[in-house]
Amino acid sequence: MNQESIGEKLLAKFGPDVIRTAVTFRDQVAVTVAKERILDVCKFLKEDPELAFNFLSFVAGVDRYPETPRFEVVYQLYSLKRNHRFRIKALVEESEPGSAVIDSVASIWPTANWHERETAEMFGMTFRNHPDPRKLLLPEDWTCHPLRKDFPLYGTDEDTPDLRSKAGSQGI
Amino acid sequence: MGIERHLNDTVHVTNLEWFVNWARKSSMWPLGFGLACCALEMIATFVSRYDLSRFGMEVARPSPRHADLMIVSGTASKKMLPAILRIYEQMAEPRWVIAMGACACTGGIYKNYAVVQGIDRWLPVDVYIPGCPPRPESLLDGILQLHAKVMKEQSIHNPRVTNIKVAGR
Repeated sequence: MNQESIGEKLLAKFGPDVIRTAVTFRDQVAVTVAKERILDVCKFLKEDPELAFNFLSFVAGVDRYPETPRFEVVYQLYSLKRNHRFRIKALVEESEPGSAVIDSVASIWPTANWHERETAEMFGMTFRNHPDPRKLLLPEDWTCHPLRKDFPLYGTDEDTPDLRSKAGSQGI
Repeated sequence: MGIERHLNDTVHVTNLEWFVNWARKSSMWPLGFGLACCALEMIATFVSRYDLSRFGMEVARPSPRHADLMIVSGTASKKMLPAILRIYEQMAEPRWVIAMGACACTGGIYKNYAVVQGIDRWLPVDVYIPGCPPRPESLLDGILQLHAKVMKEQSIHNPRVTNIKVAGR
């Protein structure tokens, strides 16, 4: 199926309340999905025999600071069966620290596990019902979120020290 | 004159400090570990074209307890730092450190939150080798500089002390 017909099929199934906007750029359609229904949409994309998106290429985050909603979660999909690709996005707002929450899709595509862990630590989002919500790349004791637009590139001595005290630097 | 005439070439006379230094610099075993792309140049230095064994250094030790020299070859990320320090602490005295490449010297192009801005913030570096990455010739030159430095050490009368307590640990 081509990009437009995938978008139309989603719209016909879920309606404009869930499938909100579709932006076409260089023949690629990116559809914005209501974050409350992200699990339903993903399940449909995977299980519908015509779509059959059985491969999740990646999950990533975007910080659109200072816009509202602030965050985007991007899902790039690929169907090995049908050889077509599609991109969906969900907007996530952070009204107060820690309130950026979206459902984890790791139950649909297990590969989302690590991708969501990285997105979570880098942007400070929470993926609800994630099977293993630890940090992936950053040291365990860091509480900052380096890919946020308002994060200083060089870090700070408090947030990103070379080394914590002996009690803090565990694992070695 | 003196004793050499009587002993011919059977015995050589020198001073003990020179001899100890010579022995140390002639079999300075490096630690076999690499951090980033500089490690590939280090590997090239070890193998036949540049042949580090010409300087008695071909025996890269997998165990820090056998090693004399730590070549910090590449980017030291903050997450890797505790492991590097732990390895250094396990090395026996006397021990030397070479900071190989721009990243190990200063952080290099990685002026950001994730990378240690120069391993000399944490380890006593003996020789700095600039370059991104340095060619094997540069590494060899740095090693020869270190050998020259070792030959000047007062290894008996004023032995070097590197068992510094790493700050913050």
